[in-house]
Amino acid sequence: MSSTGSTPLGLHRALHRVWQVPKGVAALSAVNHSAVGRRFIITAFVYFAIGGMLAMMMRAQLARPENPFLGADAYNQIFTMHGTVMMFLFAIPLIEGIALYLLPKILGARDLSYPRLSAFGYWCYLFGATIILVSMLMGVAPDSGWFMYTPLSSSTFTPGINADVWLLGVTFVEISAVCAAVEIVVTILKVRTAGMALSRMPLMAWYLLVTAGMMILAFPPLILGSVLLEIERAFDWPFFDPDRGGAPLLWQHLFWLFGHPEVYIIFLPAAGAVSTLIPVFARTKIVGYTWIVASIIALAFLSFGLWVHHMFTVGIPHLALAFFSTASMLVAVPTAIQVFAWVATLMRGRPRMSLPMLYLMGFFSVFILGGLTGVMLALVPFNWQAHDTHFVVAHLHYVLIGGFVFPMLAATYYWLPLVTGRLPVFSVSKAAFWLIFLGFHGTFLIMHFTGLLGMPRRVFTYEAGLGWDVPNLISSIGGFVMTAGFALFVLDVILQVRFGRRFRRNPWGGTGLDWAMPTPSPSYNFASLPLVTSRDPLEDNPRLGADIAAGKGYLAGAPRGEMETLCVDMATGKPDHVLVLPRNDYTPFLMASGLAVFFVAFLFSAYWFSLTGVVIAAIFGWRWLWSLGGKADPAPIDAGHGLILPVHYASRSVPTILGLKYLLVGNAAFYGSLVFGYLFLWTTAPDWPPPALMAANPLLVALMAPGLAAAAAFAVNAGRANRAGNARAALFQLAGSVIASLVALAALAALAVLDAPSPQGHAYAAITMAVIGYVMLHVLLGVLFGAYAIARCRAGYVSAVRSADIRGVAIWQLYTAVSGLGGLALIILAPGAMA
Amino acid sequence: MSTLDPAGPAAQSIAGVWWAMMAGSLLILALMMALILWPFFKRHQPREVPERMWLWGGGLAFPLAVLTGLLVWGLPAGQSMLAGREEGVYTVEAEAFQWGWNFRYPDREGVTQEVLHVPAGEPVDVAVTSLDVIHAFWVPRLAGKVDAIPGTTNTLRIMASEPGIYEGMCAEFCGLEHATMRFQVVAHAPGDYQAALNAALAGEGQP
Repeated sequence: MSSTGSTPLGLHRALHRVWQVPKGVAALSAVNHSAVGRRFIITAFVYFAIGGMLAMMMRAQLARPENPFLGADAYNQIFTMHGTVMMFLFAIPLIEGIALYLLPKILGARDLSYPRLSAFGYWCYLFGATIILVSMLMGVAPDSGWFMYTPLSSSTFTPGINADVWLLGVTFVEISAVCAAVEIVVTILKVRTAGMALSRMPLMAWYLLVTAGMMILAFPPLILGSVLLEIERAFDWPFFDPDRGGAPLLWQHLFWLFGHPEVYIIFLPAAGAVSTLIPVFARTKIVGYTWIVASIIALAFLSFGLWVHHMFTVGIPHLALAFFSTASMLVAVPTAIQVFAWVATLMRGRPRMSLPMLYLMGFFSVFILGGLTGVMLALVPFNWQAHDTHFVVAHLHYVLIGGFVFPMLAATYYWLPLVTGRLPVFSVSKAAFWLIFLGFHGTFLIMHFTGLLGMPRRVFTYEAGLGWDVPNLISSIGGFVMTAGFALFVLDVILQVRFGRRFRRNPWGGTGLDWAMPTPSPSYNFASLPLVTSRDPLEDNPRLGADIAAGKGYLAGAPRGEMETLCVDMATGKPDHVLVLPRNDYTPFLMASGLAVFFVAFLFSAYWFSLTGVVIAAIFGWRWLWSLGGKADPAPIDAGHGLILPVHYASRSVPTILGLKYLLVGNAAFYGSLVFGYLFLWTTAPDWPPPALMAANPLLVALMAPGLAAAAAFAVNAGRANRAGNARAALFQLAGSVIASLVALAALAALAVLDAPSPQGHAYAAITMAVIGYVMLHVLLGVLFGAYAIARCRAGYVSAVRSADIRGVAIWQLYTAVSGLGGLALIILAPGAMA
Repeated sequence: MSTLDPAGPAAQSIAGVWWAMMAGSLLILALMMALILWPFFKRHQPREVPERMWLWGGGLAFPLAVLTGLLVWGLPAGQSMLAGREEGVYTVEAEAFQWGWNFRYPDREGVTQEVLHVPAGEPVDVAVTSLDVIHAFWVPRLAGKVDAIPGTTNTLRIMASEPGIYEGMCAEFCGLEHATMRFQVVAHAPGDYQAALNAALAGEGQP
């Protein structure tokens, strides 16, 4: 025991002093995971309400034929916004919020790996979402459908700023998704309590790990598509214009490469909640832990192989159709494994119909039906009839409300006591359930038939006498009943927060660490970090909560006045180092504000001015990086129980480097999508080969290729020299890396200006220029990072032990060299094959 | 405009597939809900469950068996919509634009707008393309749909078993007047077809 003599209350006071979240204006600087997670969750539910109101306007319009309530223009904006809000501003941020809030609590940690990154993500989400919301209030909301098919969303057919709002706003929001994904992966892999091996992690952590891994790979294709389309709209580079060698279908491939995994990204965390709740309320352990882990990993892989099933009617060769049809059905297997694991768990235990369980029953009945209609839609001939009809609308709501909203409501009721310290007022929540449940089926069950009766989706009106009148009226009535149910749910949550019954610990009999803390949960979560020896620590030791509060674990209290948590070996959970977390900081807010300037200026076509925002963001980014680490080799920390650990920035496995690697994995997915776009246009677009090809000057190639390679080699050598303790050599190597990068940058600029054909002329020239631009951006950042590392060395932040800055530059330069040389080889050699 | 009131072989076989899938799905849903709800009503002491039976049998074997059956039985239902397998099928062209349809016929001058004339009782290939944004050609009582994509031509085989008028629509969202972008397929008895087509093309020529 490290801080002997402290009472639980004394520990609490000491920790609270260090960890407390500031109030008032200073709340803008808050980085605590509970605070940021709550902000995400509350904002997401506000957008859920907004999306719901939009849905009610649509149901009011469709309640009867030839309804004059809304015109086509208003209706198009409303249905586009409903999908966009629910997908991008509700579902994904809610997942992020729940993950950020919950993860440290179930992993036995005090915070996430990068608290400031999640705060930054929140501001990006809030600002991006605000842009989208304001556009709607001004009547210029996106109106091309939430999947924004080109060429309808191109400037020819959507000349206003409506589509730009979508492309820029959603991209801004997706920055937060990528940040959260990296945050979640690194936190789960590194920031756990002692002894929590991968095989002892709560299932929820497995689900979130796989989900975040999918997010790292799935969001980049969407971001790339949005960037390309925005460049087409802003600067007339014809990536998607069939008249100039572009392909409208490229957008669909990029969108659904994201869009299909997205369905599972939404479903998996919800399924994680199901896997957590079922054993608790069945008063037993989950059946088939290993099966479930295997099945969610299989699900993640499969989900990337069936995006084409959203595109069965675009004219895909029949053999490919049969393949994707089969793959789409196969995805039902890992889902079935989970469902049967849950069934078996219920069979083994003595389940009770507590409130969260009631919502899970809603989940089962709705989601299973949604899965079954999904299998139907995977059958190509049936898909050709049902595609783009209200049958699909019904199906996707069964999947998303069944597979996401119902489990999330259950999860809310399950974990809300952790937030509020109070238990629900039972009768209101039950009534809310029945209204939501019956209203849901009332709306969407009949809608399958509305679709089969021939009603396409996205029509603002219909004439009487087609047999669509009665089913639409039923759907509208059901919709309003469901809305009443959600209103009651909100009321119930408010009642619980204000008047709920107080309780001590663990109201449901959970076995995880999340219930081994005082409620409402304190900002530091655990007064000391426990040693975990099984999957159910609270079952092994029912007094674990009291032991933790009494400081009987590791890192008890805050004796050094720092915010500390444990980092462990990924696989075994053996403590590895102590992560000293950053204090509250305005930098994330200010950096996101800089990006907001960029996005808003770009939206209003002030392209040069928008660069101001980039500069602001870059300045605060620099300041952020500069605040990492320290100027002296830190002394090891006595974590208690004889455990002496280094501080994170003096450790080889510092989380910063791991996060950089995962960020680069996402970056590689982005780049891979760009290369896919190049090859896709080349092989399928009309009007190829292009009239003018790029003829690269051999002299430029002779400068840029060795330049890229040398920049990487110098940076790697700088790392070696630093590790050997030769600071001076490291500094020279870093300077060499910067100079080599500058040479490559100059050669690339010359290539873009002198040798590459004008990007406005043909999709070939546009995508060639996009590859050059990507490489240039990375080389430019390599120069900045190199300069940063030199400045850090000179300021004394780098030593043989504190090596993260130099290692980071080396990794970046290696990535730049490999991706750059590969991309340049493609665009320089391909013209020979085309000609 | 109901897919459940089929008037051609493709729509007919798909409607059959639907009814069978619906019955099967309701059966599976009932079975699953019974399995899920039963533990709440039984009274017994906790006991070990045969984990292998549930996971191997329920999670793996059951869906694989159902899905294999569905694929083998269901995929061929789409055969009658596939074009291009044999020569000599009567081929018309459908050209979508914001917001309407032009239809062209082999060896004929001129177009018919918003009405496609076909002979009844024989297969017709429709070569679908678009002049501007993406639309989709769909006649629910005859067959499935295919997208009209600028720069590309997709071919769909339709067949009306009997003479008659069949309603069609644009099924892919295409902007302001998407909701009213309708057309008709008029199937004529084979003997009357050429005369009807002549009259229609001549009629379009006049303002």
